[in-house]
Amino acid sequence: MPSSASNPVWRRLRADRAAMAGLAVVVLLLLLAAAAPLVTALEGQNPTAFHNELIDSATGGVPIGPFGGASARHWLGVEPGTGRDVLARLVYGAQVSLSVSLGATVVQVALGTLVGLAAGLGNRLADTVLSRTMDLTIAFPGLVFAISLMAVVPGSFPRPVLLMLVLGVLGWGGTARLVRGQALSLRSLDHVAAARLSGARSWRTARREILPGLAAPVITYAALLLPGNVTAEAGLSFLGVGVRPPTASWGQMLSGATTWYQADPTYVLLPAGLLFATVLAFTLLGEGLRTALDPRAKSRLRRTRSRRSRQVAST
Amino acid sequence: MTSDLLEVADLTVDFGAVRAVDGLSFTLAAGRSLGLVGESGSGKSTVAAALLGLHRTSGAEVGGTILLDGTDVQQASDAELRLLRGARAAMVFQDPLSALDPYWSIGAQIAEVYRVHTGSSRRAAAERAVQVLDRVGIPDAARRAAAHPHEFSGGMRQRALIAMALACSPKLLIADEPTTALDVTVQAQILDLLHELRVEHRMALLLVTHDLGVVAGNTDRVLVMQGGRAVEHGPVAEVLGAPADPYTRELISAVPRLDARRAASSVAAGEVLLSVQELRKEYPVATRGLFGRRERLAALDGVSLDLHRGEALGVVGESGSGKTTLGRLLVRLLEPTAGRILFEGRDLAHASERELRPVRRELQMVFQDPLSSLNPRRTIGDAIADPLRVQDRIGEPQARTAVGELLERVGLPADWYGRYPHEISGGQRQRVGIARALALRPRVLVCDEPVSSLDVSTQAQVVRLLAELQREFGLTLVFVAHDLAVVRQVSDRIAVMRAGRVVELGVADEVYENPQHPYTRQLLAAVPVPDPVVEGDRRVARAVLASASAVQ
Amino acid sequence: MIRFLLRRAFSTLTVMLVLSVVVYLVFYAAPHDPARLVCGKGCDGVRLAVVRHKLGTDLPLWQQYWQFLHGLLAGRDFDAGTDVTHCSAPCFGYSFQTDQPVLGMITARLPLDASLAVGAAVVWLLLGIGAGVLAALRRGGIGERALTGVTLAGMAMPVFLVGLLLMMVCCGYLQWLPFPSYVPLTQDPLAWASNLALPWLSLALVMAAAYARMTRSALLETLAEDHIRTARAYGLGERRIVLGHALRGALTPVITLLAMDLGGLLGGAQLTESVFGFDGIGRLLVESVNTIDLPVVVGITLFAGFFIVIANAVADLLYALADPRVGLQ
Repeated sequence: MPSSASNPVWRRLRADRAAMAGLAVVVLLLLLAAAAPLVTALEGQNPTAFHNELIDSATGGVPIGPFGGASARHWLGVEPGTGRDVLARLVYGAQVSLSVSLGATVVQVALGTLVGLAAGLGNRLADTVLSRTMDLTIAFPGLVFAISLMAVVPGSFPRPVLLMLVLGVLGWGGTARLVRGQALSLRSLDHVAAARLSGARSWRTARREILPGLAAPVITYAALLLPGNVTAEAGLSFLGVGVRPPTASWGQMLSGATTWYQADPTYVLLPAGLLFATVLAFTLLGEGLRTALDPRAKSRLRRTRSRRSRQVAST
Repeated sequence: MTSDLLEVADLTVDFGAVRAVDGLSFTLAAGRSLGLVGESGSGKSTVAAALLGLHRTSGAEVGGTILLDGTDVQQASDAELRLLRGARAAMVFQDPLSALDPYWSIGAQIAEVYRVHTGSSRRAAAERAVQVLDRVGIPDAARRAAAHPHEFSGGMRQRALIAMALACSPKLLIADEPTTALDVTVQAQILDLLHELRVEHRMALLLVTHDLGVVAGNTDRVLVMQGGRAVEHGPVAEVLGAPADPYTRELISAVPRLDARRAASSVAAGEVLLSVQELRKEYPVATRGLFGRRERLAALDGVSLDLHRGEALGVVGESGSGKTTLGRLLVRLLEPTAGRILFEGRDLAHASERELRPVRRELQMVFQDPLSSLNPRRTIGDAIADPLRVQDRIGEPQARTAVGELLERVGLPADWYGRYPHEISGGQRQRVGIARALALRPRVLVCDEPVSSLDVSTQAQVVRLLAELQREFGLTLVFVAHDLAVVRQVSDRIAVMRAGRVVELGVADEVYENPQHPYTRQLLAAVPVPDPVVEGDRRVARAVLASASAVQ
Repeated sequence: MIRFLLRRAFSTLTVMLVLSVVVYLVFYAAPHDPARLVCGKGCDGVRLAVVRHKLGTDLPLWQQYWQFLHGLLAGRDFDAGTDVTHCSAPCFGYSFQTDQPVLGMITARLPLDASLAVGAAVVWLLLGIGAGVLAALRRGGIGERALTGVTLAGMAMPVFLVGLLLMMVCCGYLQWLPFPSYVPLTQDPLAWASNLALPWLSLALVMAAAYARMTRSALLETLAEDHIRTARAYGLGERRIVLGHALRGALTPVITLLAMDLGGLLGGAQLTESVFGFDGIGRLLVESVNTIDLPVVVGITLFAGFFIVIANAVADLLYALADPRVGLQ
């Protein structure tokens, strides 16, 4: 990649204040998640220890004290019902949320790129078969399938990895369709014909003339997939089919919140705000990347999205 | 009140910091015609749009005065402008497909315009639509009015757009490159139609075009534009016959002449080098029915011809004639459905990519669109060096030297190795394409419309370069193009193609001066010539030819 | 037209068949012991043996699938000697845990999901298209930037978050509305609507954001097309240009998206139902996963899949009807 092609991208991204704000939040979240053990050590708590003495058993377990029982020892209060430390659960929840969504995105993009390339550069039969498969996966009821799969996978399988794989395997269709379309249109360009005429082997032609042209749209698409995966993980955990207790997750905290929000609003607003900030930050960054990488790509993306490559939906 | 229908004084149009039109003044009397000529970027289309106040919504800044049929376009309110647009001055655009709403039937679009301006009933408007469609030569207009734009051919669409312009009987017709997207025979029909309508309705015409030939036959006066300014303005016979301005002179001399004989070929044609026999190429089209058999369309329908060592063969034809398919088959970018491609006696028709690899260096190609034929992410030096790296496995220093020499040979600075395609002009890109094709010293060079995306002056330079290189390298040249005049400049022999077949094949001068096939005659008669007197005669000749073929 | 419909119906049926194969393979062939999953939690050895017998897990795989397919098309009997359980066509499975056919469990809950989906769609179409059109026509103003912000925020809010917050505010603090609990339309239309108001609004707010963005960009794209310039050059008013020419092209993709979204929602709105405590198809699915009632899980997956496949076909048909260039050939 010539440096002259990457510099203007960074410059355009830097000029986009919303995207830079998104980037800052994303970096902060990543640091927080990575430093989760450090944060909890600093506070002197851990995410799984019960503190029965901090909740009021007469009211069914409402934390004692204002703001969810926030104190010098529990900076953001404790969980109603169990008295577990909220800050510790939030930062460990960030670990789950970010690792699952990043992992799922990697699986989606890797699978999608592979299948899309095979369809776009392969022969007609391969294209027909793979395109049909893409249509099928895109049409699949993603969330339903993800929930259902939880019923048949043995409980011993590590849940975060399972979530990553399930979201990844169900959500590669959009990327594949994008890559196939791009590969097909790039393949028909004359500079690819010129490379063939020079006698170059097909892999050399693909590597030099086609793959570099795919980088920008794939990165853009991946950046837009990410927030969807954050939402999907939170949704599955909210429904109780995501990560298993006692592992902490934002979605799980929110599902518990349904019964607590009148007695302890802090406990609802913290994970809700964090989830919202995460998704918004990733979305802003993705939008910024999209315009920075290719200011004219808007219409192309709209078209691919309008043909419903909405991912594991969020209803 | 003056007698002029249109008065433009000191017109300027600015797009941000860029001044597209810079102090233009002209007048157009009722019933007269003016040609606005210039190369791309001269600002001619911007002027056309400004006349109807179409820049209002675009953020461009328009200065000066435009007085159109008593309305001051600059000062008029939006409502006043709407009364002008379409009713007293109508516009015809370059690309008739995108200029019409794909969701509405042709008749409905015309009727809508008529209703907006006359307030007539739906029924009367529909009748008017059929009437004008019939007038512009749409057969079975009453039925075809219900068709959508995509169901019409390019020429028919342009007729429909002209019908729309005609609907409210405007005093001025503004035609912005009305025939640029059309084949030459269709172009002639559309121009003849415009001419007829103008005479019949006493309409004034402002014709915007890059083609001096189109101006010659269709306008009384010409205004030549360059970089947003008028460089010459006068009666068409004077400007084209005795241009005063050096730019105009250069422009006119760059226009390839249909009747100019080529200097005798310097390379003596040798034995047969490449020969195709009964070549066919079919493409599958949409399957019919649920289990119906797949229908196939023959892009090339049995073509046989021999290419002699050192000769230059011109292949001409309109869109859909199969000329590009033939060119790509000759270098085996495509695999034929049937037939043989013999190169030095070897049949390459179904050779595998591996078998082709050593032959590739002998058969090279220059592509039509110089932008898409260069990888935007790689430098032009890499593009030229790639064939050498692949075939000769040469090292970097040799590649640099070789690229430098090639760049110099095609008239570019030798040290441009590190430039990117977007940093250079269209003509320069096409030179890079030529250098790349020549890198391996091929024996056969197929040029597919190598100059059709270039301005006329650049076109002439590139054609000259190709002719030189052919002599110098002893190339066997296949020059595929739609422009008959350009092809004549470089070709020893000519193959005229139509609907996938070669209808006439012969020595260039004979084909041009004594065409045998009726299609060749029709094609030659349709080419506009930048000489108003000649064009007048040719219009008559076309009418005779058309009525003759109608009798047949 | 008929040919188009036939071809579309044929390919729709093919996709459904493929879907049934995939679902079968994933849920019945892949697990180690599907009978245990069918039998569920707290299943004893005797019951397990009966279920195993009824399912015919000792038969070859293709025969088992054939029975599965036969059940879908013509009904089937789960036969264990004297103990025969009948499941009439279309048999989406039989829940041995609750002792009823899965389809009945689904259709009992369908009115709820249909009410939820249709009502929400009306709201999100009004909000989304309205906002999108306004944003496209008033470009560059403060209004547009505010709208962009709101839609981005809307897209960043999962439906359970919106629902939770709305419920917190409207039912909890302000007490404008009762805590939602589903009342069938036929029973009391007013109570139906007031109970569904919050679920509709939550779903609609989340969906409207995407529709607004799509409408806005599609309209901007259409307004930049050449035929709009033609309309201007022929003296048509802006109103007529936007309503008559631009919006039609811009809304075509929106219509197909709507068909797909409705199809998806009819297969269950898991998160929305869960937030508001509605006993819909989505809730049934989640509960069945938790109690490990495999036939219900498979039945709902298949049912939702079929709805989406049909919605896909409807979307294609609508697209062909709306766009003359696609045509019904």
